[in-house]
Amino acid sequence: MESALISGLQGLLLGVTHLGVGHVIMILIASLLLYLGISKGYEPLLLVPIGFGAILVNIPLAEMMGDDGFLRYFYNAGVRTEVFPLLIFLGIGAMTDFQPLLENPKIILLGAAGQFGIFLTLLLALALGFDKLDAVAVAIIGACDGPTAIYVSSKFAPHLLAAVSVAAYSYMSLVPLIQPPIMRFLTTEKERKIAMGVVREPVSKTTKILFPIVVTIFASILAPKGAPLIGTVMLGNLMKESGVVDRLKRAAENEIANIVTLLLGLCIGATMEADQFLQAQTLLVLGLGFIAISLDTVVGVLFGKLMCLLTAGKINPLIGAAGISAFPMAARVVQVEGQKYNKKNYLLMPAMSANAGGQIGSVIAAAVMLSVLQGMGIVGG
Amino acid sequence: MDTWTFGWTLALIGMAGTMLVLWCLSLLILLLKKLFPYQPEESASPKG
Repeated sequence: MESALISGLQGLLLGVTHLGVGHVIMILIASLLLYLGISKGYEPLLLVPIGFGAILVNIPLAEMMGDDGFLRYFYNAGVRTEVFPLLIFLGIGAMTDFQPLLENPKIILLGAAGQFGIFLTLLLALALGFDKLDAVAVAIIGACDGPTAIYVSSKFAPHLLAAVSVAAYSYMSLVPLIQPPIMRFLTTEKERKIAMGVVREPVSKTTKILFPIVVTIFASILAPKGAPLIGTVMLGNLMKESGVVDRLKRAAENEIANIVTLLLGLCIGATMEADQFLQAQTLLVLGLGFIAISLDTVVGVLFGKLMCLLTAGKINPLIGAAGISAFPMAARVVQVEGQKYNKKNYLLMPAMSANAGGQIGSVIAAAVMLSVLQGMGIVGG
Repeated sequence: MDTWTFGWTLALIGMAGTMLVLWCLSLLILLLKKLFPYQPEESASPKG
């Protein structure tokens, strides 16, 4: 009886005796993510499940990511198969209004310039010794688009998924802090004061309905490997604009998006096991992610300056900073910055056009990247 | 393929490709708007 009691008590202490320094550090990091999400409101929909998933996976002996662990089940079903980020894209498409972009289509080019940070960071990552596909996964943080980053990193570098996802979502929420100093550094006060007339060119319903279909066909033929990304965003948008499948649209933007966001967040957190996450490489990924988003802003603003030059000063270069995928946060940053220098300047609408361009741009950049990788024989067909 | 050939190829084709695809999309949007122009009655609320 006595020995049974001692064995029982020992069983209760097994978790404590197996608790390592790495577990404690990871639980502290997870708590920080929870704090940022709950108290600071930084991407709470993702940071809360990520933080909690990270706590769960770092409980010794709980084996949440073991072969029979419940988090492993969701990870295999949704992340390894790449289904979760695609379902999130469906919801994003159903929520996104591309009207500002359709009203002012030339602004879409800013959405391309805003992705250049991806490719410049790729070169930096290679210079720092990352192998080819790891460098691609790190660089994609520059898409400033969580689901794209998760899709690409889970495909090519699943061991970097946690670091890439945490970096992508953290920096996206920090866009209002990261962008303004770069915008001010690269523009003159005269440029920042440029007032842009509001282009309100109504768009027919037929155009809005045909847009997602045409984009899917055209972009997927050019970059077939990106068809899942493009197709799901555009299917969601078609459901929104067609107006005939309101139940499906509401399901995509509410129930599906909510359930998948929860499970995806938990799964990302579940990849933050101490022995995998606490490495020098994680710090490098976080640093490169910051550089990627900064470079997006730099190139976007410089491209804005070029457009300003070519249009004889009709375009305020600040809107170039909105050519990233953080929607509508980047557009709001541009509006706030513009009004600091010209109280009568309303840059929100053109910035929203650039921001919608950035949303499409991030998906197209990833699709182009995947197809070029296939063409180069780096990944299979 | 060595690392730098890979990196520069992907970076250059990636940047040019992204820009090209989005430029073509802007042309397609203009074409759609030309083919299906906005009709003022679209905004009128249905009667009856």
